[in-house]
Amino acid sequence: MSETIKKFLYLNRKAPYGTIYAWESLEVVLIGAAFDQDVSLAFMDDGVYQLTKGQDTTGVGMKNFSPTYAALGDYEVKKIFVEKESLDERGLTLDDLQHLVWEDEDDDWAEKDSIRLVSREEMTAIMDDADVVFSF
Amino acid sequence: MSTLHTVNKSPFEKPSLDACLAHVGGGASVLLLEDGVYAATKGTAVEERVKGALDSVKLFVLGPDLMARGLSEDRVIEGISVVDYAGFVDLAAENDKVQAWL
Repeated sequence: MSETIKKFLYLNRKAPYGTIYAWESLEVVLIGAAFDQDVSLAFMDDGVYQLTKGQDTTGVGMKNFSPTYAALGDYEVKKIFVEKESLDERGLTLDDLQHLVWEDEDDDWAEKDSIRLVSREEMTAIMDDADVVFSF
Repeated sequence: MSTLHTVNKSPFEKPSLDACLAHVGGGASVLLLEDGVYAATKGTAVEERVKGALDSVKLFVLGPDLMARGLSEDRVIEGISVVDYAGFVDLAAENDKVQAWL
């Protein structure tokens, strides 16, 4: 039986912890990773806050799910787009985000960056290019 | 009558902080918590509005909510005081009432 590979885009626009969207998105991405589709993640608006490094939730009594983003590479999720304008508006740079990588088995398991910084214009094209967009 | 105003929404997603700041003054206290803490950080698109508010209100930010979001205290705008949960309780007790801006 032939299978159709679709381009799935998970669009993340919410900050973590204040609402459940960020965590729910991560759960759906991990579940969806089992279905061998072409998966991309996009982070824009407050969604860029999900990827900040150094998150420590001990003071608020919530689960810190930020280490899970580092596992996405193991699930073949290696296209993570972050919108530059959203970072700029929030006083953030790429250095404030976790360094996410995936291992390329065709290149002696070299670690390669998962995050790609894109402009708003490029993000528009990425959304346009997707077959299915899951919004969180 | 002194009031402690709390704002728990991101300034980039909802106008809660603007609505709050438009209705307070005269030395009122405003505590930023949960996603509201993003307004307290330097270099953002809302930084000037927040700094402007410091002329008329006392601004506080909840430290544990900053930590949870990976934001260190050195990212907080000068003039905004970082408080812990005990400090939150003190603010609530010092003021006559608490008003939340959701």
